[in-house]
Amino acid sequence: MTDIASASPSATGLHTSDAARRRLKARYASEFRFKLYGIAAVFTAAMFLVLLLSTIVGQALPAFLSHQVTIPVDLSQEVLDPNNEGESVLRRANYDAVVRDGIRSLYPFAESRDDQRTVSSLISSGSAVRVREAVLNDPETLMGQTSFTVPLDDVADLYFKDLISDEQRVVPTGIASPTGTQGTIQVLSTANDFRDLLADVKDFLAEQADGVERELAAKERSLERAGLDLDSYRTRLPDAPEGRSDFFESQIGILERGIVSLGRDIENLTEELADLRTRSNAAGADEVLSRQLPSILVEINGGVVKASRISATGIEGEVIIPLESTADAAGGEWSIREIVLPERNRQLDDRSLVYLDQLAGQDRVERTFNTVFFSSGASREAELAGIWGAVVGSFFTMVVTLALAFPLGVAAAIYLEEFAPKNRLTQIIEVNINNLAAVPSIVFGLLGLAVFLNVFGMPRSAPIVGGMVLALMTLPTIIIASRAALRAVPPSIREGALGVGASKLQTVLHHVLPLAMPGILTGTIIGMAQALGETAPLLMIGMVAFIVDVPSTPLDPSTVMPVQIFMWADFPEVLFRQKTSAAILVLLAFLITMNALAVILRKRFERRW
Amino acid sequence: MFWLLLLALAALFVGSLYIGAKRSRQVAGASTSVLHSRPSYHGGYLAIMSTLPALGVLILWSIAQGPIMDSLVVGQFSDQVAALSLPAQEAFLRDARAIAFGGIVGFTDELKEAAAEVYANLRTISLIAMVVVMAALAFFGFRAGYRNIEPQRRTRHFVERAVMILLIACSVVAIFTTIGIVLSLIFESIRFFTMIPIHNFLFGLHWSPQSAFAGAGEVVDANPEVFGAIPLIVGTLFITFIAMIVAGPIGLFAAIYLSDYASKSVRAIAKPVLEILAGVPTVVYGFFAALTVAPFIRESGQGVGLDVSSESALAAGLVMGIMIIPFVSSLSDDVITAVPQSLRDGSLALGSTKSETIRRVVLPAALPGIVSAMILAISRAIGETMIVVMAAGLAANLTINPLEAVTTVTVQIVTLLVGDQEFDSAKTLAAFALGLMLFCVTLTLNFIALRVVQKYREQYD
Amino acid sequence: MSTTQTVQESDTAPVAQVATPQNDVAPGGTTITDAPPENVKMKGENVDVFYGDKQALFGINLDVGERQVTSLIGPSGCGKSTFLRCLNRMNDTIDIARMEGKITIGQQDIYDPSIDVVELRARVGMVFQKPNPFPKSIFENIAYGPRIHGLADNKTDLEEIVVGSLQKAGLFEEVKDRLDAPGTGLSGGQQQRLCIARAIATSPEVMLMDEPCSALDPIATAKVEELIDELRENFTIVIVTHSMQQAARVSQRTAFFHLGILVEVGATDQIFTNPRDSRTRDYITGRFG
Repeated sequence: MTDIASASPSATGLHTSDAARRRLKARYASEFRFKLYGIAAVFTAAMFLVLLLSTIVGQALPAFLSHQVTIPVDLSQEVLDPNNEGESVLRRANYDAVVRDGIRSLYPFAESRDDQRTVSSLISSGSAVRVREAVLNDPETLMGQTSFTVPLDDVADLYFKDLISDEQRVVPTGIASPTGTQGTIQVLSTANDFRDLLADVKDFLAEQADGVERELAAKERSLERAGLDLDSYRTRLPDAPEGRSDFFESQIGILERGIVSLGRDIENLTEELADLRTRSNAAGADEVLSRQLPSILVEINGGVVKASRISATGIEGEVIIPLESTADAAGGEWSIREIVLPERNRQLDDRSLVYLDQLAGQDRVERTFNTVFFSSGASREAELAGIWGAVVGSFFTMVVTLALAFPLGVAAAIYLEEFAPKNRLTQIIEVNINNLAAVPSIVFGLLGLAVFLNVFGMPRSAPIVGGMVLALMTLPTIIIASRAALRAVPPSIREGALGVGASKLQTVLHHVLPLAMPGILTGTIIGMAQALGETAPLLMIGMVAFIVDVPSTPLDPSTVMPVQIFMWADFPEVLFRQKTSAAILVLLAFLITMNALAVILRKRFERRW
Repeated sequence: MFWLLLLALAALFVGSLYIGAKRSRQVAGASTSVLHSRPSYHGGYLAIMSTLPALGVLILWSIAQGPIMDSLVVGQFSDQVAALSLPAQEAFLRDARAIAFGGIVGFTDELKEAAAEVYANLRTISLIAMVVVMAALAFFGFRAGYRNIEPQRRTRHFVERAVMILLIACSVVAIFTTIGIVLSLIFESIRFFTMIPIHNFLFGLHWSPQSAFAGAGEVVDANPEVFGAIPLIVGTLFITFIAMIVAGPIGLFAAIYLSDYASKSVRAIAKPVLEILAGVPTVVYGFFAALTVAPFIRESGQGVGLDVSSESALAAGLVMGIMIIPFVSSLSDDVITAVPQSLRDGSLALGSTKSETIRRVVLPAALPGIVSAMILAISRAIGETMIVVMAAGLAANLTINPLEAVTTVTVQIVTLLVGDQEFDSAKTLAAFALGLMLFCVTLTLNFIALRVVQKYREQYD
Repeated sequence: MSTTQTVQESDTAPVAQVATPQNDVAPGGTTITDAPPENVKMKGENVDVFYGDKQALFGINLDVGERQVTSLIGPSGCGKSTFLRCLNRMNDTIDIARMEGKITIGQQDIYDPSIDVVELRARVGMVFQKPNPFPKSIFENIAYGPRIHGLADNKTDLEEIVVGSLQKAGLFEEVKDRLDAPGTGLSGGQQQRLCIARAIATSPEVMLMDEPCSALDPIATAKVEELIDELRENFTIVIVTHSMQQAARVSQRTAFFHLGILVEVGATDQIFTNPRDSRTRDYITGRFG
């Protein structure tokens, strides 16, 4: 036994030696790294999803609420229909004036044209239309009514959602004395109540200077680059190829003009920078509050003053809401507000903001669920825009898609799977279907544009054409899924039916197809979900048009949800951005419902043969 | 009207089904077992006999009547119309039709009004003629079918053959779709290439078709200098490249992890995550790119002193990469799972670790499949539209700086075709030339990928 | 689990090596008809295996002698392959498989947490029922093991190992001109010998073979059997086989499994000529299985 062991050429110890153990350790380290890459990949994908959804949900939530204001209106017979002539006159009455006078009556002190315009812009510009519709719907009740609830303008709506600017309130300690009740006045405090705010302003100036400096540097770089480009064009101009010299010359012209304007910009910026630096460095010195700086508002004796000049102990400024008196106000009886975002950078100026506060102070503003969003069509006014038109458009489009793609797809799948002889033609069809499934969707849009619109002269922007294009796009998905479902039905079923004398077609229609139906439906739902989220081909056939009315048939021009999202995403208004997110949530809700349905169907009817 | 007639035919179809079945029972007498075919087949027979010819007439007539009416109108007004150029002639007919049948009318004049009247008359005549022909066909078809119903008639064979033809017709729709795509793209592209030489399009370095024309509708000699597609091709490939750098490794590693490492519970969470990521519409990704990713990249770039365009290639590519991750991972997952367990066992039994097995045995074995997955992903990225439309730029810069804006083929197609179109300007037709290019490239890629994957499947089946 | 349940403690008590045949019945119900092997390489004690809720092996006690061929026979589904896969923990790759009991190599419990499964598999190689060459060249197939284990310091060493393994597997002459050709292009018998060569190249101490000839034709089978006989000089071999003739031809010791129970173990001659257990006798004579 011992001699066998010692003569052993076998590798006892080869894999258990220290060297092998060390190697093994290194191998495990690499194993660990490899696994880590995998975890990181999955984690990254999940993180992207969370980021995507949280961004959109965060954006969307405010859009589900909206603010309305109740304004006094004069809907009396004398105003609307003095001679009692009925609907035709009611329809033409000047509701704009009714609404305008109503909101202005709340601000008797707003006398100048500008101020009055500011007042009118607080409420939605669609308010008059709403009043008119309400009156026409039910003249009996509304005639003579003295108040009406209208939507606020989109920016005002955002203000009440606290989305315009940060602000802070300083509680002063000194006794303040205003020098007047209207016009430009001073408010002086007996304490250094404005010192901190002044320091804030100086910090802000310093930051602004930094920004200008960066901008200056970028402009200088551009200037340098443009100079180089110009030189290169100039040197190449003499030997420019035939026909290109015009182009070169035009480029040189563009660059020369660019360089001049850049030079001007740089000059201006340099001056601005110097000015900002001096002001920010002069600590404690008075400061003029321009539109580029945070706003400071003083609320005193029932009025509001907007500061245009600030020192440590007081301000000078313009009265927005008249004061009741010039009496002194003690420490707790007046207050100072700082609106952090400079007036220039926000959509709501200080005057509107103060006016809105007054509305809220009178309990005229209420926050409700945003029914407008779910019940109206597109609009240029953010506060009036809704998703309903697009939902209906999507519905019609999907109906057309389903009506075409489902029968066609299932029939094609039945033929290819159950009847088609294995010859060249069917092979071509198969390859063709597989390739068609991977053709970019925009190409289907081009097909729709060239064939359906231009050759057949079908209407632009109509759900019926959109549905046809999407049907062609979805067809391969449905065919492939249906074939898989048919293939999964075991041959024994077919043999059984054929064995009792059914024809091949009867076998398929009576036995195979019902068994394959859950799979086919699952595939169809998934295909429909894809079609519902599709945008690009619909842009090609004009569904991107701006359509206010909710469509009532598949032949009416309309838009669909994804295209609506695309269009809204382009608007600069914040509220539109929020509505875009809200529309995305609605779309995702539909998609999730459809996919959940597919999953349930699959689970419910899944059969293992 | 078309829909109304279609509805009438549908009603006739249903009615004939019922009448045919009833008639067959009648001729069979007491026992329906003397019938060769079940009554429902007789019904089907009668329904097909009575409606199919009329349906054919309806469809053909509807397609043909437009062009025929156009040529008749042109013939009638040949003196006045002859002077017009082809596009102007089309515009004339378009307006005349709009006046006659309703629609958006450009501007009217007496000639158009007259033409519109002719149109209206023609259409009335055509409609009456069509209805008469259809009614006759339906009547005679019905009568012949009704008389033919007798016990020994093999209506089942007839109906089954008809159904079979219907099935074949349905499966040929896919082919016709492809043919339709190819023809429409080629047709419009040829018109484009008669205006712009093809080499200017394929090799030109400058793209700004918006600057090609002085005014809309006027036929001007287009400047071939501004139709160079190279910046678009480079831009497309560049964004695709960025997307694949993101999606390739993440998708592949996710697939590897899920197929060979993940426990059941991890899979139960990770798979739906990827599925949701795959189900999010691309317009949502586009919004995400424009709203969140692009500003983020811009700000972080500025933070380190870089000049970042607000529509950088990086933002579009990155988000497109995210979109493609689930695509890569599900395709790779399929091919990795298709590698037989016996190969894994063989490797493990030699004392290799899991990662060695994957890297040295599974991945090489799955390589063809993974390559084809990547090709399909590239093809998908090239054809993706909404993300780039919303997040990539419009200016055709020839650059490979990921922080600058580039534009892509799909962006340009959308830009050229959304809004007012004149179907005769090189600007609009350029979109079709781009579409043809896009179609050819993606088709080639798909074809290669499908072939590779097919070969690969055969290897392990 | 108590170790006293095992009958043989040969590795601790060399005195017990009595050459006379025994006829003990171990607590697992196993009839042991021969002396324990002189040198026990691997040893299973009370091995139970479960697939999910289903128990596949019941208290298996088996010693595997060094440089011997031990064959495991029995009807299909009797658990012989399951036991084999326990010996290098290939069952770990099946999620629902669970093992209880103790298997040792030398003195080490291979299911001990301190044991590294990769190292174990390098020491206990395996050849599978169906030849499973990697989709690489013949050379790369064989070089794979040495590479991952770092057995060769340079290319010459590696080539030496590859050629040596091919020679030991009796395949070298047939493939020496086409080492770069894909391994999947060989015939079934050649593929299986390639897989054996691949296992040899890693220099394992024990080689497990799971019905290595079931997918081969008779001539290829003969070659593989010949090869197994030669390999016995250097390796400890455990082979699962369906064919009793094969077990008789290549093995020195045979274990008969039935319904997850190790019914009888003994010298191959003994089992085939004079089985003690009636079930063994029935199987040998072809009454079932």
